[in-house]
Amino acid sequence: MKLRLCDGNEALAWAAFEAGCRFFAGYPITPATSIFNAMLNILPPAGGIVLQAEDEIAAMGYCIGASMCGLKAMTATSGPGLSLYSEQLSFAIGSEIPLVVVDVQRLGPSTGSATKGADGDIQFLRWGTSGGLPVIVLAPVDAGDCFTLTLHAFNLAEQYRCPVFLASNKEVALTRETVDWSSMERPAIIDRAPPRADRPFLPFQPLPDSDVPGFLPLGDATLVRQTSSTHGTDAYITTDPAVISSINERMKRKVESRVDRFSYAQAVIEPQAETMIVTYGITGRAARDACKELKARGKPASLLILKTLWPVPEELIRQQTQDAKRVLVVEMNLGQYVTEVKRILKHKSVEFLGQMNGRLITPAQIREAAIG
Amino acid sequence: MASLLNKNRPPVFCPGCSHETVLRALDRAFQNMGLCRNQIVMVSDIGCSGLFDTFFNTHALHGLHGRALTYAAGIKLARPDLQVVVTMGDGGLGIGGAHLLAACRRNLDLTLLLLNNFNFAMTGGQFSSTTPAAASIGSGFLNSIERPMDAGQVATAAGAPYVARVSAYHRNLAHLLECALRYRGFSFVDIQGICPGRYLKHNRLTPQMINENLSKLHPLEGAVAENERPEYFDAYASITARLKPAEPPSPIEVTCKPPDSERQEIVLLGKAGQRIQTAGEVLCIAGLTAGLQVTQKTDYAITVMTGPSVSEVILSPQAIHFTGITQPTIVIALAKEGIDRHRDMFSRLDSKTLLIQATGIAVPASRARVISLDFQALHLKKSDWALACLAVLAAMNKAISRAMLDAAINLQFKPPVRETVKALIHHTFTKTFMQRNACIESITENF
Repeated sequence: MKLRLCDGNEALAWAAFEAGCRFFAGYPITPATSIFNAMLNILPPAGGIVLQAEDEIAAMGYCIGASMCGLKAMTATSGPGLSLYSEQLSFAIGSEIPLVVVDVQRLGPSTGSATKGADGDIQFLRWGTSGGLPVIVLAPVDAGDCFTLTLHAFNLAEQYRCPVFLASNKEVALTRETVDWSSMERPAIIDRAPPRADRPFLPFQPLPDSDVPGFLPLGDATLVRQTSSTHGTDAYITTDPAVISSINERMKRKVESRVDRFSYAQAVIEPQAETMIVTYGITGRAARDACKELKARGKPASLLILKTLWPVPEELIRQQTQDAKRVLVVEMNLGQYVTEVKRILKHKSVEFLGQMNGRLITPAQIREAAIG
Repeated sequence: MASLLNKNRPPVFCPGCSHETVLRALDRAFQNMGLCRNQIVMVSDIGCSGLFDTFFNTHALHGLHGRALTYAAGIKLARPDLQVVVTMGDGGLGIGGAHLLAACRRNLDLTLLLLNNFNFAMTGGQFSSTTPAAASIGSGFLNSIERPMDAGQVATAAGAPYVARVSAYHRNLAHLLECALRYRGFSFVDIQGICPGRYLKHNRLTPQMINENLSKLHPLEGAVAENERPEYFDAYASITARLKPAEPPSPIEVTCKPPDSERQEIVLLGKAGQRIQTAGEVLCIAGLTAGLQVTQKTDYAITVMTGPSVSEVILSPQAIHFTGITQPTIVIALAKEGIDRHRDMFSRLDSKTLLIQATGIAVPASRARVISLDFQALHLKKSDWALACLAVLAAMNKAISRAMLDAAINLQFKPPVRETVKALIHHTFTKTFMQRNACIESITENF
């Protein structure tokens, strides 16, 4: 086994390439810039396109145009850029345009600290667009996850025709570590499905037994329309409330009702434990060490590291926490995902440990909070 | 050729709207060029100009206000064979100004038709970036104290190789549009027309007046000689055709044995320009050559050549989870900037920690074993201090062996830097190993 040295951003870029991504547009921003750099090394010699956008709004627009021509497209930014992505994101959500969007989170609010880590965008990723339709958000713990979850992200974007976010963190993105490249988990590549050939093409007509419309690219023989306006299945503006609600409810249902198929997580259940630690992202690593130490001290705690954050994998969280008397949610912010856990586990004691100062939460902090 | 207009959705502009005149001229231009429906993508955004995609029966993408140029660029780069036409209003021109500048500078083969009718018609006739200061509009007096811009001049200044400014009522409009569509590169046509629904309610404007206004301006009639250059995608393709495929991070052969089976947590504290991150990466690679697991957590300012730089490296025979270091086995302290970031760490250090510090740099008191290195006596410049410290570690066979360090340097550096670094390492190694007293100012404990 030969190991390699790689950071999260580099692993993510190579996974994007393996997933079939051939279009990247981005605006330079720390700590996401090295994704842009890596894509610039990888894509152009392979016939792909990399574009440096004049701003983040444009970066998203370029990706939307390319994706509508059938290319797998990705962009990467951090909090300030995610703010600018918002209007185009709601277009991609509401008009079912596959995209992978990387948010390498840094300490906010606002321009915040460019080189400090945080998980401060977790609710923003879910709710930061007009209309409030659901999105898919995956959160990597390490460089290996940056690789595997990026493959999943492209698959999900293609399968469900929606933007899929990777909620990375400076501390995952720019931390170099050993990776075992050849034995990394690689899900089979999925491409967007075409429409039924035996019927006239309607851009927003879901495929049978599916809530997802078949895709045809702009520019081929069949004329394709795409629009950011409220539309019917023909992609023309509609004012018919029945049509509008049917499309919006379908878009909600297509991801929310299928979250069990992509509820990625890692759980370590300790039979004797009363407490379960629930966390995600970089903090999952501190939690692993904390649980090891707790077990050594005869005070074991169970651990659930969530890798799918949105839609909330409610079933998974309920199942994994069923034997826990107490749940401790740990996150690198002042309390965002804990509100979801409390909502799901109404009758359990749910406590919170978090901080927002640019420093990692340490295993010792988690250990102490777990002991209570 | 037949009309490419959408038979099922005839134009529904306000009676007398100049947009309909442009719509029909564009349809004639398409026909004259012999274009098929599926060769054309109409890209539009918000405003009355955003109705064009509906009225043509071609490929179409309708998006957010002022962003049409961004979608169009994505489409054109993905499918350079398509005729991509963007319609934008003077409202979109203002909100999407950055995209216009970028499109002019980039010179991708798109055609932008600015349907310039001097106001925001859909929202009540507010002033746009082209509304004359004297006009009476839906924004009260506000336009009277701003200055309209000449989009053509802006496009020219930004590098557009094809810029035309015309009246929507020009009798040869279809031909003028065809010239713009045929131009290989970014073509921009400012088409000035009348908005009967809003603008005419409180202002007088006739085709004659538009002609008079245009005649007062420096004419813009197409190709701009000083801006003509290779089209963006052509240029992109010719450069990228020569590029060699990129390689993923290289696998690192295990050729060495680690000095011991201890987990090492090493904190390098310095400042920009001291190659702190490089030294951290060399440590990691050295670890990999001995089959160890490694992590390198970085902390540095975004400023270049100034500000703190900190690298936290863990080398371990077992999997590493938490990447932070609270109880280091080795601290390398080379500059106040980095030390300040971790000032609270020093009180936790005990005799199990080895602290390598530069002579003359103030380091907080601790119980660590200290090696104070006189880099001046070693004749080393500041950018070599961190790498030299690795040689000291190798000389002590602490965390890394000399073989690990040499292997890492071979992997990390290419000639001629490799030779310089090797010489540096050899120099430091020999000096610290053979003539310890000359360069190591004080050691709290023998090693």
